[in-house]
Amino acid sequence: MLHIKCPHCGMRSQNEFSYGGDATVKRPELGKEISDQDWDNFVYNRKSLRGKHWELWQHLSGCRQWIKVQRDTATHEIFKTLKANEEIS
Amino acid sequence: MTQSFRLESGGLINRDKKISFKFNGKNYYGYEGDTLASALIANGVHLIGRSFKYHRPRGFFGAGVDEPYAIVQLYRNGETEPNIKATEQELFEGLEAKSVNCWPSVNFDVGAINNFLKIFLPAGFYYKTFMWPKSFWYKIYEPFIRRAAGLGTASIKHDKERYEHKYEYCDVLITGSGPSGLASAYSAAKNGAKVILAEDKSRFGGTLLTSEVNIGNQSGKEWADSIISVLKEMPNVTVKNRSQVFGYYDHNMLVMSERISDHLPKTKKFHPKQRLWYIRAKEVLISSGSIERPIVFGNNDTPGVMLSSAAKEYMKVYGVLVGKKPLVFTNNDSGYETAIEFKKNGIDPIILDTRKEPQSEIIEEAKNMNINIKNSYVVVAAQGYKKVKSADIAKISDNKEELGSIENIECDCICVSGFWTPTIHLASQSGNKTKFNEDIDAFVPGISKQNEKTLGAANGIYTLEETLKDSFEKGNQLSKKITNNENKVSFPNVVEKKSTVHDKFWCVPLPKGKNYKRFLDFQNDVAVSDIEIALKEGYRSIEHVKRYTTLGMATDQGKTSNLNGLQLVSKIENKVVPAVGHTTFRPPYSPVSIGAIVGREVGKHSKPTRKSPMHSWHEKNNAVFVDAGVWLRPRYYKRGEENLFEASKREAKNVRTNVGVCDVTTLGKIDIKGPDAAELLNRVYTNAWLKLPVGKARYGVMLREDGIVMDDGTTTRISENHYHMTTTTAQAANVLSHLEYYLQLVWPELNVNVVSTTEQWAGAAVAGPKSREVLKKLFPNSDVSNEGLPFMGYMEADLFGVKAKIFRISFSGELAYEVNVESDNGYFMWEKIIEAGEEFGIQPYGTEALSTLRIEMGHVAGSELDGRTIPYDNSLEGLLNKKKDFIGKRSLSRKAFAAEDRQKIVGVVPLDKKTSIPEGSHLVKDSNAPLPNPKLGYISASCWSVEHDNPFSLAILKDGKNMIGEKLFVMSPLKNKVIPVEIVSSHYVDPKGERVRS
Repeated sequence: MLHIKCPHCGMRSQNEFSYGGDATVKRPELGKEISDQDWDNFVYNRKSLRGKHWELWQHLSGCRQWIKVQRDTATHEIFKTLKANEEIS
Repeated sequence: MTQSFRLESGGLINRDKKISFKFNGKNYYGYEGDTLASALIANGVHLIGRSFKYHRPRGFFGAGVDEPYAIVQLYRNGETEPNIKATEQELFEGLEAKSVNCWPSVNFDVGAINNFLKIFLPAGFYYKTFMWPKSFWYKIYEPFIRRAAGLGTASIKHDKERYEHKYEYCDVLITGSGPSGLASAYSAAKNGAKVILAEDKSRFGGTLLTSEVNIGNQSGKEWADSIISVLKEMPNVTVKNRSQVFGYYDHNMLVMSERISDHLPKTKKFHPKQRLWYIRAKEVLISSGSIERPIVFGNNDTPGVMLSSAAKEYMKVYGVLVGKKPLVFTNNDSGYETAIEFKKNGIDPIILDTRKEPQSEIIEEAKNMNINIKNSYVVVAAQGYKKVKSADIAKISDNKEELGSIENIECDCICVSGFWTPTIHLASQSGNKTKFNEDIDAFVPGISKQNEKTLGAANGIYTLEETLKDSFEKGNQLSKKITNNENKVSFPNVVEKKSTVHDKFWCVPLPKGKNYKRFLDFQNDVAVSDIEIALKEGYRSIEHVKRYTTLGMATDQGKTSNLNGLQLVSKIENKVVPAVGHTTFRPPYSPVSIGAIVGREVGKHSKPTRKSPMHSWHEKNNAVFVDAGVWLRPRYYKRGEENLFEASKREAKNVRTNVGVCDVTTLGKIDIKGPDAAELLNRVYTNAWLKLPVGKARYGVMLREDGIVMDDGTTTRISENHYHMTTTTAQAANVLSHLEYYLQLVWPELNVNVVSTTEQWAGAAVAGPKSREVLKKLFPNSDVSNEGLPFMGYMEADLFGVKAKIFRISFSGELAYEVNVESDNGYFMWEKIIEAGEEFGIQPYGTEALSTLRIEMGHVAGSELDGRTIPYDNSLEGLLNKKKDFIGKRSLSRKAFAAEDRQKIVGVVPLDKKTSIPEGSHLVKDSNAPLPNPKLGYISASCWSVEHDNPFSLAILKDGKNMIGEKLFVMSPLKNKVIPVEIVSSHYVDPKGERVRS
């Protein structure tokens, strides 16, 4: 079970969180023209990365905040966590 | 029976307390402090089970967790438990155990014929043989294999015992209370660290209980006892026996099972049987010791062949002799210690040492005691079927390849020592990259991935002095790092006998003309010949060899077999052992009860039931309930002898003709507040929301980004910046997360707050042509007329002193209202509605009638919004606003979603107007077409239309738009039904929607 540092609540066990996918995906702006390919990339196409990966988690059974977690998908090491409004650097 | 193998004195058992127990129906006695194994051996019982594949007789091989085959079925307090190691099960009064893996009995086992057919049961036998004919698998092969194999029978009864979970945090977790565990725990505790010390066995001390050493002028055991009593007094230390740390997981979380009641005849009141500890440790010190390695020789699985360390433990801890004519077969000095212990107890052992001229303090002592030592000798094969009767021995050449002439000597047990294998399971589970240590022919932990260090014998350190020094030091260093305290402990004076190097000999060659089975893996019946075949057949990777032959699998996890297996593979492959590598060690280290893993989350605790505030009223009025997620909802209210069909028809009919009331508390409710609330709704829903006036409700559909319908419901504007959203019961939690996702991550600029209020409001739907009459009586001071409260209107009103919200919305398609009050007033509201409705013939209706009403009305619900349909499919395309963008809109222009012959919702009526249509059936054009018959669509929901008094279904049908009036067939192969049907509009009742507006 992972130990995830919620930027709002501190170190909490994984079973309080739910996984939310790739954190680097940006939703296209509303009302803006977008090609089929770009839209497909946003909705469907994800890299299944081995290694460091920024992902979203929601602290569902805690503060209910969505957070950004940098995790190694192979080793499960967590390097950094950010609040929803903090930019991935 | 007398305990004829019990020594006159000695051991750590309590001889004042006799304990009676039963094995295979026979009564025996043992002492308090015995294990089932030690008590059986004291009674001369060595035949304990049959082996997995060949059903060969099996006895005891170890004295603890290392035991590969003394597995029994245990009976305790009216319950039964499989897969119990006799060497670990402590004796209690009235214990009952039986052999497993044998039929009809352990003494006469039919399956033993496999032993004589063993030539037909080589490696991969199951894969090869049971492949054909295919049809035999389910009926003949599998049931037979299942009956013949296995490690006992799981009880099918509900387990009445209680199991608990505990979460714990500590600075240093130490796994094992041998010399390294005690020393490191002591120095870490002295520095003020929060320490947990876990010991698998009932007694603390590990090898200190059986070795002849002296620490600080105390015997090993005395020293262990004194350290434990000091640790127990320290407030920062938790000391646990009967507790095995069995798994090392991510982020330094380890799981430990504490066996609280397994050693008692009955679990004490308010006590759990076992407790599972989830421990997050800052640092872990692995002090799990080592396990003695067998030497491989012919028939080395015969009862009476066992590890020499086990024989010593039975003497020293339990005062029990494993035999009276022992043969000790060793390649190192450990065997001598066992022989010396025999001699001290008046038994004359013979030592066969594979080494030519070994010299050490221990060997010197054995010689001085006149123990018969034969150097360069090996056991070629054990003789005897159910117990060792003699041994074929021979001299072995210096290159260890040639055997001299075979001699047969009488013996009743063969104690084997092939040196020691560090127990690296936990380290390996943690991700540690293990490395091979040539000096000890075994893997030891290498580079750590997590915060763990391995101490003592588990790290390949086999002298006590070095172990203690290293362990005191590591305990001190790690804890100092955490607590910033240092209280150095003085190092005690250690006296131990020096030993010399072992012989890297591990397998006795077969004598000419003999093909004895030489077992590597005792639990899974894997012999040298099996590995040879696997390699001959081309299996190379050790992981493949493992799976093909079952070497190192199952509950044993290769505790005694792993290294000898690797030695064999590397020898045949002409590689060195580290090049072959070892297989993955997987948790759990030894079996864990399913009950302990589940903990308290059993029965209703696994899925707590949610009930509406009106639940007790439903109960009193004969409601039959149905699970709706975690909610319990009335399915129908039974009157007299009615069945589900009759009751739901009556209830639905009454809504269409009079008035009914339905508990809709379970609907998800989300309170939305903020200046940008309208903008949020406008982006989340497909229709327009910016101009919804205060006091009005609107129906909305929300999509996922991929264009699939996520949920539907009504949202009401309570005031300027305040909205009340409803969701379906099933999607309530997901919709809230969905809104939070967009608000927090995608559009943080929107100033909106959302919170679930599902539990804050009780809801009742009052539906039917006479519902307004009921409302008038309930709210005499409010204008609930069609003008005062029009369709999709909202008002707040006073319900006899209780604040109520009235929404004029309808799921049934009738004139209807949903009344909400605060949950605490739900019961009051419900009673008032029933009371006021009495003169209008009001009846409560359940989910079944609710379904009927919505199906014949063509209103979609979960069975249509099933995660596979877009708005068009549900005839909701009218709700797609063309002018604005919303979540998922772009996806709807994808080719498949815009296809001309796209699937669409339709109504389905059987031509005979009688035959009910099973939900999930397929729609086809030609019922006689050859298989696979092209499927045009599927039935999503079925009911008996109360309006038309015939069956009616909704279906999602290809090109549904152009199919109205077509004749098709419904096929349900599961129910063996073919029904000719006509496709009609999905709006089967009141297609213009006049009633809701009346």
